[in-house]
Parts: sequence; C-alpha cells; structure tokens
Amino acid sequence: MSTASGSFDVARIREDFPILKQRINDKPLVYLDNAATGQKPQAVIDALVNYYTCENSNVHRGVHTLSQRATDAYEGARSKVRQFLNAADDREIIFVRGTTEAINLVAQTYGRENIGPGDEIIISAMEHHSNIVPWQILGQETGAILKVVPINDDGELLLDEYEKLLSPRTKLVSIVHQSNALGTINPVEQIVELAHRRGVPVLLDGAQSVAHVPVDVSRVDCDFYVFSGHKLYGPTGIGVLYGKAELLEAMPPYQGGGEMIRSVTFEKTLYNTIPNKFEAGTQNIAGSVGLGAAIDYVANLGMDNIAAYEQELLTYGTRRLAEIGPLRLIGTARHKGSVLSFVMENAHPHDVGTILDAEGIAVRTGHHCAQPLMDRFEVSATVRASLAFYNTKEEIDALVHGIDRVIEIFSR
Amino acid sequence: MSNLNELYQEILLEHNNKPRNFRKLEDANRQADGYNPLCGDRITLYLKVEEDVITDVAFQGVGCAISRASASMLTQSVKGQTLDKAEEIFDGFHTMITEPEAEVDYDALGDLEMLSGVSAFPTRIKCAILAWHTLHAALAGQGDAVTTE
Repeated sequence: MSTASGSFDVARIREDFPILKQRINDKPLVYLDNAATGQKPQAVIDALVNYYTCENSNVHRGVHTLSQRATDAYEGARSKVRQFLNAADDREIIFVRGTTEAINLVAQTYGRENIGPGDEIIISAMEHHSNIVPWQILGQETGAILKVVPINDDGELLLDEYEKLLSPRTKLVSIVHQSNALGTINPVEQIVELAHRRGVPVLLDGAQSVAHVPVDVSRVDCDFYVFSGHKLYGPTGIGVLYGKAELLEAMPPYQGGGEMIRSVTFEKTLYNTIPNKFEAGTQNIAGSVGLGAAIDYVANLGMDNIAAYEQELLTYGTRRLAEIGPLRLIGTARHKGSVLSFVMENAHPHDVGTILDAEGIAVRTGHHCAQPLMDRFEVSATVRASLAFYNTKEEIDALVHGIDRVIEIFSR
Repeated sequence: MSNLNELYQEILLEHNNKPRNFRKLEDANRQADGYNPLCGDRITLYLKVEEDVITDVAFQGVGCAISRASASMLTQSVKGQTLDKAEEIFDGFHTMITEPEAEVDYDALGDLEMLSGVSAFPTRIKCAILAWHTLHAALAGQGDAVTTE
C-alpha cells in the first residue's frame, strides 16, 4: 500500500474503515464511488453505538439526566459543524436530512417569501437534479424563472456569462461548489462577490465539496451552504443547512410541529428562535452525533492534507486514464476535485460498471442525477470513479486493469 | 466459464455491434418507446401487425450491450410469429432471466438463450427486459413511454 508524502499514512487510515477490508467477487474491494457516499470510519460507527447505548433520550425536553446528555451530544454536534464550516454562530447551523432537504427548505421558505413572478434564479449547467427541481417547483408556484450559467467543453463555468445573467430581476444564485459528475470546483468566492455587488444572495451546494475542500463560509461569504453528512463519512439521513442568521431569522418556518414553537394556542402560535424554528419534530439525534464524530475524524486528518493527497491521486489517475486510447474523460476543468468521469468508445457505461464490479471495483454508472449536464456533453451516461483520501494509487492501477478487461471483452 | 464470460457471450456482443432490424419501420402500425431511467437506455420499437401476426419489427435507440442485444434478438424471435406465440416467447424469456432454477423451453427461445447469463446479474435484468416491456406496450397500443421502474 502506498504512503503519501508527509504525515498522510494511507495504510494506517484504511485500518479505520472496516468495510474496506472485505472482498467483493473474490477480489479486494476497490471502492471508487465516494461521490455517491463515503465509507464510515470506526469512530463514526462507535459514536452511533455509544449514543444508543449510553445517551439515547429526547433532546431539549426532559429534566432527567439522559435527556441532558442527549441534548449536550446534539448541541455539541452543532458546534462541531459550526467550527468545521467556520460559521459565526451555532444558531446558523440547521440540522436537516441532507442536501436535498436543505435546498427544498430554502426554496420553500426564503424562496416563497422573496421570489415572485418574473423574478430570476440563477443556477448552472452542471447542477445535480436536487439543485434544479426545487427551483422549478418554486417557479411553478410563483412564476419565477430559472436562468442557467453555461459551461465550456472542459466543464468549467463561464463566469462572464454568469455576470451577464445577473440582473435586477435576479433574486437568488444557487450553484454547486464541486460538481458531482465532473469534479469541477467552481470559483465560489468570485461567484458570491459578483452576486453581492448586486445585492443578490448565494446558496452553495456543498454536497461534494464538504468532503474534499476546506470550507470557510465566513471567508467565502455565501448566504447559504448546504451538505449531506453521509458524503462526509458520517451517517445517512443527516445534513446541514448553514444560513446567515439575519436571513434565517426572517424566513418563515418550513414544517410545523413540536420543538419549532415558543407557545401554541388554538388561536395563535409563536415560533421558536433559530435554529429550532427549522427543526420541527424529533430530529435525527444519533445522526448528528455520528456527523460530529465524522467531522472530528476528518478535522484530525486535516482538510488541507486530505485535499492535497486527493489531488495527488487525481493527477495520477488522470494520467493513467489518458493513456487508454478508447477512453474519453468528461470533465477536465483546471480546478477540480478527485472525480474521474469517462465514457468508452465501444462499451456502454453500464457494461463497464458490471465488468469492473466483477473485479471488485465499485464505480457509479449512469447520468449521476445530472441529465441536463449529460445532454450538454451529448452522452446518455458516464462511468464515474470518485476518489477519497483512503484510496491509493494501487487502486487506480486496479481500475486501469479493469478497464483493460472491458476493452478485451468488447473487442472479441 | 465465469459469470462474466457467460454474460458477455460472443453472440451477445455480435448483436450489440451489429444489431438486427435496427432501423425505423416506415409502415409500422404499432409503436412504443421504452426508457430505463436508471441508466438512460432508450428504445423505440416498431411493429407491423397484420391479422394476428407480427409481419415486421424493427427498433432504434441507445443503450448498453445487454439492452441492445436483447432488443435485436427480440426482433428476430417475434418476427413472423402470432401474437400468442410472441407472448409465449416473452414468458419463457422472462422466466429464464428471473428464475434461473426454473424449467425453460430453450428451443422456443433461439438466440435468446444467450441472454440466460443475465440471471446472475440482478442489476442488469432491467436492461434485458426493457425491449420486452416496450413490445407489450406497443401491442397494447399504450401511447406513453414505458419505463423499467
């Protein structure tokens, strides 16, 4: 197993991930589907077990000891997220189910309140369906219009086209930080600055970037930043909406129920303050605790170290795949995360995926919930190998070997 | 023979490279679109049905080797058959790829037997079955695209 330069000891890191030890189809598992979900370190699994074993109770309610423990664990996780994103205040961290729910929340609260007929929302050509459909739903309800920033053939956002789209009718910009299908990392600071110059708030979809790029919402100055815990090596079903306090405070609630209220009578309900206003009902307490453990884990490795190692893997992988004649990389941005999306001349992505699986290699094949992007590149699907900090150059070699097998089978 | 070799048999790959009846059928009197939203496979199936007999059949579309070969073999196997016989072939094919232990009359299936390897790959059964659902839709005269979901 290769060890990266510096203190990044991949062999030791892999020991922390029990799932990576197994064999698939009689071959060592090579997990290259990290953009779909990350694997969980033992520390996250232990945190879940420990929570249910020693702390499980409902939060913010009972006077009993366990309830206090659960509340401390839940609010402690919120603080960890705040620190990880470098947000100003714990109250700006709302726990949700994931990126999709966070975007829907903003569309249905901020959107309904502030975006009307003829108003425009700017997204990009590389968005995941979860950053397209909630705005289309809002548009159907309010008459708002979607504007799409085009991209070039490398999969890079055309910033000058973006600037042209910003107009007095623009009410929100909602753009992905790192593309799930291409790996492109967008220049979010410039995107935010250009929007703010015109008084337009910006939501950044951090579903991918949160696990691969150091994120600092105070520096980027985005108004909303959303992500899912499971892509950050935490549990499924937990995610985060970061929003600037003054925006969150002015937004109407998303769901009604317990926890989000201050007082209820049959005549009138007073809502709770943020973050509780947006956390109706019993939340995924264990999930938030697991997410806190995942944040501890990656913070301990260091997001800068993770990003540097993954760039090393990406450079190696890009070089190896470029050597394969009948293979075309889709997504060749100068600034990109560790995603290798490709198509092959004679083999459909689904067939490639099946053959790689027989070699123990897990990749994603399909349209990656980004059909408009596939149309842009005139493909129906791609094969996507997405790398994480526990992957190795040997695993990229295994991928190359698997692709050789595809070529061999399809040239019979 | 490994599962993989059994799946990607030469005849299947040959149908994939040179699909039979891969064209638009100008005088079709039945037609349906099939779509697999999971992988984006799309197929349009054209049929000419006279009395109770499928006198001509053709298809167009994009998809993986399994879905393309399955569609190609479908056109061969149902051409000239009565609607009842086509239904029988479909039943036999369906059983072959979804119930590997079941008894199947391979003689009636012809080249389609080469798709039996799909049964070892549950994630690929939808690829193999897409053309057949589309056939059903075309015969039933359903206008909407059928999907595998």
